[in-house]
Order: sequence, then C-alpha cells, then structure tokens
Amino acid sequence: MTWIAIRMLTGDRQKFFGLLFGVAFSALLISQQLTIFVNLIERGATAVYNIPTANIWVMDPVSRTPDVALPMPSTALDKVRSVNGVEWASPMLRSGATVRTPEGDLEGVTVVGVDDATLIGLPKKFVNGSREALYEPDAVIIDSVGAAKLFPEGFDPIGVRLELNDRRAVIRGIVDVDPSFTSQVILYTRYSNALAFVPGTRNRMSFVLANASEGLTAKQVATRITEATGLKARTRDEFARDGVDFIIENTGIPVNFGITVALGFIVGVAIVGLTFSLFIRDNIKQFGALKAIGVTNNKIRMMVAAQALLVGLVGYGIGILLAAIFISSGASSSPDFKGFYTPWEIPLLTAAVVIAMILITGWLALRSVLKTEPAEVFR
Amino acid sequence: MTETRTAITINGIVKEFSAGSQMIRVLHGIDAEVRSGELTYLVGESGSGKTTMISIIAGILYPTDGSVSVFGQDIYSLSDNDLVRFRLSNIGFIFQQYNLIPTLTAAENASVPLVAAGMKRDEAVERGRDMLDKLNIADQADKLPRQLSGGQQQRVAIARALVHEPRLVVCDEPTAALDAKSGRRVMDLLREVALAPERTVIIVTHDNRIFDLADRILVMEDGRITHDGKEMPEH
Ligand SMILES: Nc1ncnc2c1ncn2[C@@H]1O[C@H](COP(=O)(O)OP(=O)(O)O)[C@@H](O)[C@H]1O
Ligand SMILES: [Mg+2]
Repeated sequence: MTWIAIRMLTGDRQKFFGLLFGVAFSALLISQQLTIFVNLIERGATAVYNIPTANIWVMDPVSRTPDVALPMPSTALDKVRSVNGVEWASPMLRSGATVRTPEGDLEGVTVVGVDDATLIGLPKKFVNGSREALYEPDAVIIDSVGAAKLFPEGFDPIGVRLELNDRRAVIRGIVDVDPSFTSQVILYTRYSNALAFVPGTRNRMSFVLANASEGLTAKQVATRITEATGLKARTRDEFARDGVDFIIENTGIPVNFGITVALGFIVGVAIVGLTFSLFIRDNIKQFGALKAIGVTNNKIRMMVAAQALLVGLVGYGIGILLAAIFISSGASSSPDFKGFYTPWEIPLLTAAVVIAMILITGWLALRSVLKTEPAEVFR
Repeated sequence: MTETRTAITINGIVKEFSAGSQMIRVLHGIDAEVRSGELTYLVGESGSGKTTMISIIAGILYPTDGSVSVFGQDIYSLSDNDLVRFRLSNIGFIFQQYNLIPTLTAAENASVPLVAAGMKRDEAVERGRDMLDKLNIADQADKLPRQLSGGQQQRVAIARALVHEPRLVVCDEPTAALDAKSGRRVMDLLREVALAPERTVIIVTHDNRIFDLADRILVMEDGRITHDGKEMPEH
C-alpha cells in the first residue's frame, strides 16, 4: 500500500511541491538562522582563541571580556611572573582608538599591544608580511577582515600610513584572524608603541597573558594567581566562554534569533498543515473507498505516515542543503561570514523541529481520514 | 438458468439515525434472503432506504438491531478488523462516483484490492490489466482516470470490484448518470462479467428501464421490503 500512498501524493504535483516548500522553507530558515546565531555569539570568543599560546588570562577583578576590561598597573606583570607555577607571563594592551585613512575616512579600531620582546599575542598566520616587520618604526599589523573593510577591494595596504589618534602608523603586515563580534578593525603593534598610540593614565595594562608550567593545569595555576595577587585569572576556555556569555546577556540577539526560528516553525506548520489537509480533503472519498474495500485503519495510518515521512525527508534534505550552500558560500565570499561553520547540533535540531512539524500536521491529517465512515462513499 | 442457493440471510435489520435529539428509524426490521448465481435488484423510491440497506449488507454500516449472515458468517459479530478483512476478501464494491485514485493509472486502480491484500505490485497490476481486458478497455490501462470518459471510468471501477474475485458484488445506482442505452449496456456487462454461479450480485437502482435484466427484484418502500419476486409488481 505504501507505493499507492506515495503515488497519491507525488501525483498531485501542486500539493506535493507545496508541502516540500513548506518543510524546506522551515528547515532552511531554522538551520540558517541558528548557524548564524551560533557563529555570531562565538565571535565573543575570537579575541581569546586568536592567541593560542596563552592558556591563562589575568586581569583586574572587574574586567569581563577582552573588550570590556579595566587596565591594571604595570606592576601586575611582575606579580604574576612571581607566582609559583607560571611558566611565562607577558603584557597585553587592548584599547579602542580612531584612525584616519589617507582618504580621510574615520574608523574605530582596536589597538592590541603585544610584548616587545616575544610578540606573544600576535596571531601566527600572516597573509602578507611577517612578525619581524613589527620591529620597524611605527609599525602596525592589520587583520585581514579589517583591511577589507578599510580599503577598496584589490588594494594592497602594505606601506599605507594611517593617522592613529593623531600619531603616524604604518601598516607592515596583514594577519588572518576571525573577526570579533563587532568586526572592528584590529591593529597589532608592540606594547611600547601601543602606549604611545593610546593616550591614558597611569594604568595601561589590560591583561597579563600567562602559561602554566609543565605538570600543572591552567585551572590550577589560575587559582594560584588569584590567591597570590588578588587579580582575576581565567583559563582560555573560561575567558572565551565569558565573551560569549557577555553577548548573550547584553544583546537582543538570542531573542531576535529565537523569534525568527519560532516564526520559521509556525509558518512551516501553517503551510504544511494547510496543504496536507487540503490534500486529504481532496482524497477523502478515495480514502473512504479504500476503507470500504478493506484497508484497515492501521494500514491507513501507515499510508499517511509514509506520505508525511516522504515530505519530511525530502523537504528537510532540500532545506539543509540550501542552508549549507548559503553558509559555505557566505563564509568564502563575505568577510561578515568569515570562519562560519555549521555545528553538527544544528542539522540535528532542525531535524527534530521538522519531525515535530510532520507529527503535528500528519496527526491532524490522519484524524480526518480515520473519522471518515466507509459508508459515506455510498452517499 | 444456473443453480442457486442462499448466500445472504438478513434477519430483523433495524437502522436508526440520530437527527438532533431524536432518532429516525430508516429500516423497520427487514428479513430477506439473497441467493448466489443471481442478479438481485434492490429498487424503490428515493429515500426508501436502499443505500442504507446495501451498506449494511456489505458490512460498512452497523445496523441498530438485527443480523446479516454472508456466506454463513454473521458479519456484525466480527471484530472491527476482522470485518475489514472479511470485506477485503469477500466483497467487491462499485461506487456511484467510482472514487478512483486520480494519480494512479487504470490498471493500478483496478489492482487496489489485490495490493491491499498484500500482493506484490507488479503481479497485482498485471491482474488489474487482465481484468480491464475482460471489460474491453485494455487499451486504456495506462491512462489516468481524468483521461478517460465517464463510461470508461465506470469500467475501471467495475474491474476494481471484480479483480480479487469476491463472492459478493454490491453496486449502488450504476446507471443513474447514464442515458437509457448506456445504462442497459452497463447492466448487460455486469450480467456478463460479474455474474457467476458462486457469486451474488446486488444492484441498487430506481431505473425502471432496466428491470427486465434482473433475476430477482426486492422492492423497498419506507424502510420495508414490500415485494420480492422475479418481476416488478403490477400496479
Ligand atoms: N447518515 C444519515 N444520517 C441521518 N439520516 C440518514 C443518514 N443516511 C440516510 N439517512 C436517511 O435515511 C433515509 C434513507 O436513505 P437512503 O438509504 O439513502 O435511501 P435511498 O438510497 O433509497 O435513497 C433517508 O430519509 C435519509 O435521509
Ligand atoms: Mg441511495
């Protein structure tokens, strides 16, 4: 009977495509929005993950994220270095600033000052130039997404002079990093340079980056640092998580995406539900005839289930495929989507939503079929 | 004349429908017997209860009271599922509106009872095709119902009712939509292909142009059988 059920449905092109559209639309919208959501909030962690060498971040107790940090006195560095179990520690300065391009455009940037001696905190992957370039006078290194934002396409920014807070800065290299949540342009420079670029008071050091000695976990050493110095010390994963949590708690993003996902589900249920019940209504006499001829209610259930399953599977496949194409083509072409990936949970979650949709609409459709009395076919 | 014997026994059938708060009695305790090898007509004015009666005989409408025995089986003592299975293996239906599945070909439509009984698709459709051949529309076997004329669709419906060789065939108003000539041709066809010594054929009609083709006529009036004979009563 299954092939009859399938043919009943697929032969009715209009409704079959309507059903596929409904499911595919929902699956696409939901998985695409969830993927963007996850990738967007994970950008709260990129500043941390862009520096793989440091597994401990030390900061003022009130600091919350790489971009929401209260500077500390420079003595903090030596305090951290003297804690037993710290293999090495180096300073980092992170601060907002404005640059003026040669064309006169004004742009907000994040200046990141890294240890003069070791350059710890400078990303490893260079698109153009090298680490040594940072030792040239007034040198800054720009992130690739920032470069794309600041300069026209195809333009080579190496050697370009910028006015950084009224001081001269020269771009000497481009690093490849995932952009932060705000996609602000990042300019890396030596710590001593950064002090000059970013005017300020006595306290300038945003973070101390540190690593645990062999045999100790980052968590153990972080606890020791806090006990010994009174400063806040977070492992890399904890601090990355802090950045993500900060976005979740302080923006309307979860609510907005939640609403879109809910709408995707509701619209899907509406389209699929209406089309499915239209299909059933068109075929109710035929179902009645089948019941009279001798098809049991169980077989009728299997027929409707087969129809729902087909619509669910194909519609889901189309939706997920379109979402994957959207995300991967976006990730490769637009800096806004740079580094976007699809976490494995999202297709799974979308499948669960599609299953719920199919169960609801299939059950509604089935109810009217089961209610049909076989005697009605003689009416 | 073929040999005949009792195939269906109808005992004290009462049927009531609820209309709002009260019950309307449509059948008033009907007793009858129907023999196999005969073409039996159930005739009467519109509203006299023919469709209700044939639905009860065919096992698709529970009577309020009374019993129906089909080939020795008291069908309303069966469980719901057993009654469905009984219909599947013993009864062929020809519905007035045909109720063919619009997206299946004629041969596939004709094969439905076999498929429902679990036969493999290819074999079932092949048998459906053979049945269409017997009804002289083999050349239409691969067409969809909407590509067929009304008369051809009816033949497909007849093929579907006979393909699994049921022992009882029921048919409600097969000629209602047809002109006199086509109506007679359908009745001739049913006599020819449906009637068999071991088979009972009951046809509901109020088409008085074709009464002469019946072996037996049961006349209904207001929910009662008022005449039972080979010919229509004289008025
Ligand atoms: N499901 C039903 N509910 C209420 N009344 C019904 C129902 N089915 C039939 N009737 C009534 O029963 C009577 C007999 O109907 P029916 O068996 O269809 O007669 P016929 O087929 O001879 O025209 C009619 O008065 C009709 O209105
Ligand atoms: Mg009737």
